[in-house]
Amino acid sequence: MADLKKQIIAQLNLKDLKPEDIGDDQPLFVEGLGLDSIDALELIVLLQQEYKIKLANAEEGQSVFRSVRTMAQYITDHQGKAAE
Amino acid sequence: MSNRVYITGVGIISAIGNNVSENLSALETGRAGMGEMNYLQSIHREKIPVAEVKLDNEMLAVASGLPAHFTRTALLSAIAAQEAFSNASIPGFTKLRSGFISANTVGGMDKTENFFSDFLSKPAKGKLRNVVHHECGAATEIVASLLGIKHHIATISTACSSSANAIFYGARLINQGMLDVVIAGGTDALTKFTLNGFNTLMILDNRYCQPFDENRRGLNLGEGAGYIVMVSEKVAQTLPSIPVCTLSGYCNANDAYHQTASSPDGTGSYLAMKGALEKSGIRAEEIDYINLHGTGTQNNDIAEGTAIKLLFEGHYPPMSSTKSFTGHTLGASGGVEAVYSVLSIQHGLIYPNLRFETQMKELPFTPVTTFKKNEAVQNVLSNSFGFGGNCSSLLFSKV
Amino acid sequence: MYLRAAATISPKGSFEQVLATTASVPGIRLACAEPDYSKLIDTRMIRRMSRIVKMGVAAALQCLNEAGEMMPDAIIAGTAYGCLGDTEVFLQKMVENNEQLLTPTAFIQSTHNTVAAQIALLLKCHNYNNTFVQGGFSFENAMTDALSLLKEGQVKTVLTGGIDEITDTSHAILKRFGLYKREPFTTDNIFQSRTRGTIAGEGATFFVLQSGVSGNDYAQLMEMETFYKPASLVEIEQHISAFLKRQNINRSDIDLIISGENGDMKNDEVYEKLYQSVFTGIAHTTFKHLCGEYPTATAFALWLAANILKSGKLPVGLLLKKKPSTVLVYNHYQFTYHSLYLLKAC
Repeated sequence: MADLKKQIIAQLNLKDLKPEDIGDDQPLFVEGLGLDSIDALELIVLLQQEYKIKLANAEEGQSVFRSVRTMAQYITDHQGKAAE
Repeated sequence: MSNRVYITGVGIISAIGNNVSENLSALETGRAGMGEMNYLQSIHREKIPVAEVKLDNEMLAVASGLPAHFTRTALLSAIAAQEAFSNASIPGFTKLRSGFISANTVGGMDKTENFFSDFLSKPAKGKLRNVVHHECGAATEIVASLLGIKHHIATISTACSSSANAIFYGARLINQGMLDVVIAGGTDALTKFTLNGFNTLMILDNRYCQPFDENRRGLNLGEGAGYIVMVSEKVAQTLPSIPVCTLSGYCNANDAYHQTASSPDGTGSYLAMKGALEKSGIRAEEIDYINLHGTGTQNNDIAEGTAIKLLFEGHYPPMSSTKSFTGHTLGASGGVEAVYSVLSIQHGLIYPNLRFETQMKELPFTPVTTFKKNEAVQNVLSNSFGFGGNCSSLLFSKV
Repeated sequence: MYLRAAATISPKGSFEQVLATTASVPGIRLACAEPDYSKLIDTRMIRRMSRIVKMGVAAALQCLNEAGEMMPDAIIAGTAYGCLGDTEVFLQKMVENNEQLLTPTAFIQSTHNTVAAQIALLLKCHNYNNTFVQGGFSFENAMTDALSLLKEGQVKTVLTGGIDEITDTSHAILKRFGLYKREPFTTDNIFQSRTRGTIAGEGATFFVLQSGVSGNDYAQLMEMETFYKPASLVEIEQHISAFLKRQNINRSDIDLIISGENGDMKNDEVYEKLYQSVFTGIAHTTFKHLCGEYPTATAFALWLAANILKSGKLPVGLLLKKKPSTVLVYNHYQFTYHSLYLLKAC
């Protein structure tokens, strides 16, 4: 999950954050890290680029990107079988 | 009222026709302009439908009188602006103080993106003539000189509301007595840049768009240009017959919610429509038709619909999104739809919202689905909302 | 109309730094001296902003802070090039990745209205918002719109400005067009070079304009005028004379002209000839050795004029008989876009 946090920080240009500042279960959006719909789109590309996982639509992101843990779980579940 | 602004001419080129009459006949027969890409070169060709103007640059060059190596943005602009200009046929034009006020979002990007792949391989590569008209203002300069206009030129770029703002700025310059006649509207060509940009936002429909439908999936990009010719009361008096249509109201407001998304309650849309009504002194129940912004995205249609619900509660006028025909022509859309709005008033027409199937569950109204002629159309509201929260509404009225 | 506040992010920094400047800068382009943005802009919003957006937003906020007006009735920007940095990022990725694996941020921040929109978003300002993109008239269009809104009387306070950036890419391309000098030079010898080409510049300059006098204004903007593609020097002279006549201004009433020489000998010839005709005998100074040449550079000139009128202080090397009370700004951009601004001290 530490790697994933690093990737999130890089992808979203969250310069003032360190990986350890993001809690595993901390909500990424709104009240948590304060991310928004554009960040969700950036994270979709991150999954595609780093893990070759393609989300079908933006709505699916809502549950996948709840926290770093849900994202990591989704990656574990889908890695390897995502090829189109 | 002495500072009325009259509309004396319209010109258009879009995916459903290369001039006003072709556009009208497509609107009447319900023929949409989307399809597989024919001129735009993109890897998304088979997946993403677009609404292209059905002419290549060589043919556009012949129709516009410009060289074929000019940007498609300029070629489209030249065709529609010249049609509007000749349609207006203003006596003694050269003696009047005239302005050309245009709008677009990506300027000459259709050429720049070709230049750029060569340039990236080596900074000394890439033909300079492909980037010389990159700036948004370049197309405006080219067309202004075709039209012989020098007194005032301006280009506005406020994303999807660009040409609505161009029209409204032009009307104000007439109102203030700075200019006698203004040709205003906008142009945008399809580019890989915008196609891929909207694709990253995941708001492109891979089928034909269904604006204001419960099951809408997104928008189709289009291209084109639309211009109207506006004159002062004084100039209108010199015409063989007084024009029937005026620009009676307008308003520009900002949603100030998010860089790309509209606020859920459509604050910006509401303020723009309300402001246009207030400016004209016309009540909501007097509106006979709304030409919706209606892109077909989840976000736009609910925001715009919610704002309409709030403003028109109890007396919803007929409304439709002509983007179901033309696709979303971005910086040109306000001009294209201003032309349709003026034609609506001139000919008593209301246009259908194609492919509408299911009412949105949040809204108590549905768009018009059939073409209507001989309607008593007195007042038409045209909406243009976009990125950066830029929201503008124009109100056209019969004299 | 009154210039209530003025702020710039330019290659020279503050007005005090402009006054103190004697140092000559060598080089091919003048880049802005950028402030610490974290003191001005919400850090959560900064992370997505490109350089030009930060410059524009920061200049706008400084200006509003100075005026003590955080909710202008209108926000109007002028920019010829728009947000070049983000446009290039997206274009480059699109070419290199063959239209795949692209992300939205650069695209959405590449639109020309980004600066005006971001200002509205930061202020939560729902009022009038517009962006003009007409080459060397981008700032003049924005000013025309601002003044017309004030004249219409429905608004009292307008934030308006000019913003343009130079990037490595745009500089390389514009250099191929022959816009910039090829031989070595410094900012103090640029006007003596007698060669073609100018020096690239950039900047973000904003003003708060008000219809009413505040008692603490920089200057009164009497009138502005633009003219497009004049056919000859005679036509330029006619436009200038007519403008001054309409304002009831004689040559002797003008204490200082700030004019747009940029070191390109052809470009500067226009000014030289005017100083022998309609501008004969009037004290004058230049500004593009401070900010470089770019399409919205007149915004910087207006900022300079406003500061000179407010403070009564003059740039190094400029001597006047009295404290200036009337200043005229005249500029042409590539012979096509001409503008005049007449200002008076308050």
